[in-house]
Amino acid sequence: MKSNVGKLLSTAAIAATISTGAAAATLDDVKAKGFVQCGVSQGVPGFSNADSNGDWSGIDVDACRATAAAIFGDAQKVKFTPLSAKERFTALQSGEIDILARNTTWTYTRDASLGLDFTAVNFYDGQGFMVRKDLGVESAKDLDGATVCTEQGTTTELNMADFFRKNKLSYVPVVVQKADEALSAYSSGRCDVFTTDKSGLAAHRSKLADPSAHIILPETISKEPLGPVVRHGDNQWKDIVTWAMFVQVNAEEMGISSKNVEKIKTETIDPEIKRLLGAEGDMGAQLGLPASWAYDIIAKVGNYGEVFERNVGPSTPVGLPRGINNLWTEGGVMYAPPVR
Amino acid sequence: MLNDAGTRALIFQILLLSIVVFVGYFLFTNLQNNLDNRGISTGFAFFNEPAGFPILIHLIEYTDSGTYGRAFAVALINTFVISLIGIVLATIIGVIVGLARLSNNWLVARLATVYVETLRNLPLLLQMFFWYFAVLAALPAPGDSYELADFLLNKRGIYSPNPIFQDGFGVVVAGFILSIIASIALVVWAKKRQTKTGLWFPAYWSSLGLIIAITFLALIVSGFPIEFDIPQKSRFNVSGGMVLPPEFVAVLIALSTYTGAFIAEIVRAGILSVNWGQTEAARSLGLRDSLTQRLIVLPQALRVIIPPLTSQYLNLAKNSSLGAAIAYPELVSVVMGTTLNQTGQAIETIGLCMLVYGSLSLTISMFMNWYNKKMSLIER
Repeated sequence: MKSNVGKLLSTAAIAATISTGAAAATLDDVKAKGFVQCGVSQGVPGFSNADSNGDWSGIDVDACRATAAAIFGDAQKVKFTPLSAKERFTALQSGEIDILARNTTWTYTRDASLGLDFTAVNFYDGQGFMVRKDLGVESAKDLDGATVCTEQGTTTELNMADFFRKNKLSYVPVVVQKADEALSAYSSGRCDVFTTDKSGLAAHRSKLADPSAHIILPETISKEPLGPVVRHGDNQWKDIVTWAMFVQVNAEEMGISSKNVEKIKTETIDPEIKRLLGAEGDMGAQLGLPASWAYDIIAKVGNYGEVFERNVGPSTPVGLPRGINNLWTEGGVMYAPPVR
Repeated sequence: MLNDAGTRALIFQILLLSIVVFVGYFLFTNLQNNLDNRGISTGFAFFNEPAGFPILIHLIEYTDSGTYGRAFAVALINTFVISLIGIVLATIIGVIVGLARLSNNWLVARLATVYVETLRNLPLLLQMFFWYFAVLAALPAPGDSYELADFLLNKRGIYSPNPIFQDGFGVVVAGFILSIIASIALVVWAKKRQTKTGLWFPAYWSSLGLIIAITFLALIVSGFPIEFDIPQKSRFNVSGGMVLPPEFVAVLIALSTYTGAFIAEIVRAGILSVNWGQTEAARSLGLRDSLTQRLIVLPQALRVIIPPLTSQYLNLAKNSSLGAAIAYPELVSVVMGTTLNQTGQAIETIGLCMLVYGSLSLTISMFMNWYNKKMSLIER
């Protein structure tokens, strides 16, 4: 009886944003419903973007797919919820989604006071500025008196304010609710400058009528470590999402990719690789996952390098260099704890 | 006892009340528990913390280092300002178009019909995007602004000279206030005289003349204590002067033309509701057309007009929240947008916004109810 009343009332409690059901083990819920509910953006090419068939792709999308592959052995068992920047945390807090992978910056306040936990960083980003080439601006320090367009509800707004204040520059802020409309405001000439994370700038520039008429200024004014977020308090779920990312980084470091993982699994004598791929021992059980969890991630989604190249690498329309997101062995900062 | 209607009603009332209280209590404790479980902090302490984000339009002093509380005040004022100016403009547009639809001039009447049918049948958000992205964005870049005297018009807004008041401006202000007091006295006197003797005095026109004359005199006496900060083109924008940003203009145009279309229909309905016999009677008494309208038709039409007009005013005030979509920094944008996102206090910020819109609407309602009562038929 009590649980029925509880269910009824918690439906009514949607008005109060938080319902009773979602607190406990997310893994059990996910297994029961048969898919991972993943909160993504409303369209940032390279990170999370739906094509004309409604198929999602991007680095953030692959973070969710990797988790689904680890649990179900099937990277397609994901459903996506497109969210605006300001909806995203509420959607996660209220249990509407299981993972928030929406180019979300890991900050102290978000981690400490929102009831959320950041898992791992899947992209190291930083905020930059895009301007029209014909303005002749070469540095962000030249932007005194400029009008700046940005999307609302992100760390971008604060970084922008800090940057201009620190450098004693005046500016006019135009803060638009959605990224696409902020971009139209910029392209229509309402603003001189468009600011967001540099990866986002590259993605947005590819959407403009004449991308070559716009340049991204050299300054990076903030640290923006982006990564998937989960609800606070479900440690098992947090570990699964975290290690799904770490496995991809480790796989790249060990030279295992979706193409050779099958062959390596049967041929290798390296005990570390054997442990990782589930050929020896049962590492997956510690997380409540099948033994082949890491194998499934690599086979179905690929290692981190593959994910990067496929979604945002130089050969894609977004065209970002690997830069700081390279492996630590290659001069970047991508470093994952060992699987043992 | 159960057969007694009064007792039965009482029992049901008590039952209903206890259910409401129980549900409310359950929702509240459920919320509290879940917030605690998830480690989400609650309360309004964040109001005193520095906000750190900029706001495009602020009528009170506001910098990046202002607090969230101050940002809230800025947003609140922006919402009030757009609602009030919107209501005034929408009423003017509505009355003009409503009268135009009743005009004997075929062209004027048809144009008014087209206006009403177009504007009230397109979604308001669409109209805002139209004004912001299609119309205002088609203006020239700051470098090629349209210039008229010291006024500039471009994509970034309408720039006008900014008056800077020097010492001695107090004399002008005093003169202005004095002239207003004198005008009120004049109107009261004229009304009294008309009731007593039937003689008419053009009180409104003379007050206008009085205000202009006295204020101007004060300006001369104090030696024009105003300087102007003239807008200048700078590298990116226009610097100096006062600016009316396109966001404000787009929201204002969209709100007032849209609501104006509805008000036009209300005005038309109100005037048509007054029996034609009233006009004929007035004419047979020898009243001029303008006096017939003002003294006979309009007062009776207002009784029909005011109640639905109130709803339109309430709609306008609430629709101002759509301004968030085109960067007008009103309540929803600043509080439920940026503040919510930076602090994560969803329940507090959304609750606060609901409270503000609720009180804004109730205030408008109360004022209009008072006005309605004042205008209603007084039976003797």
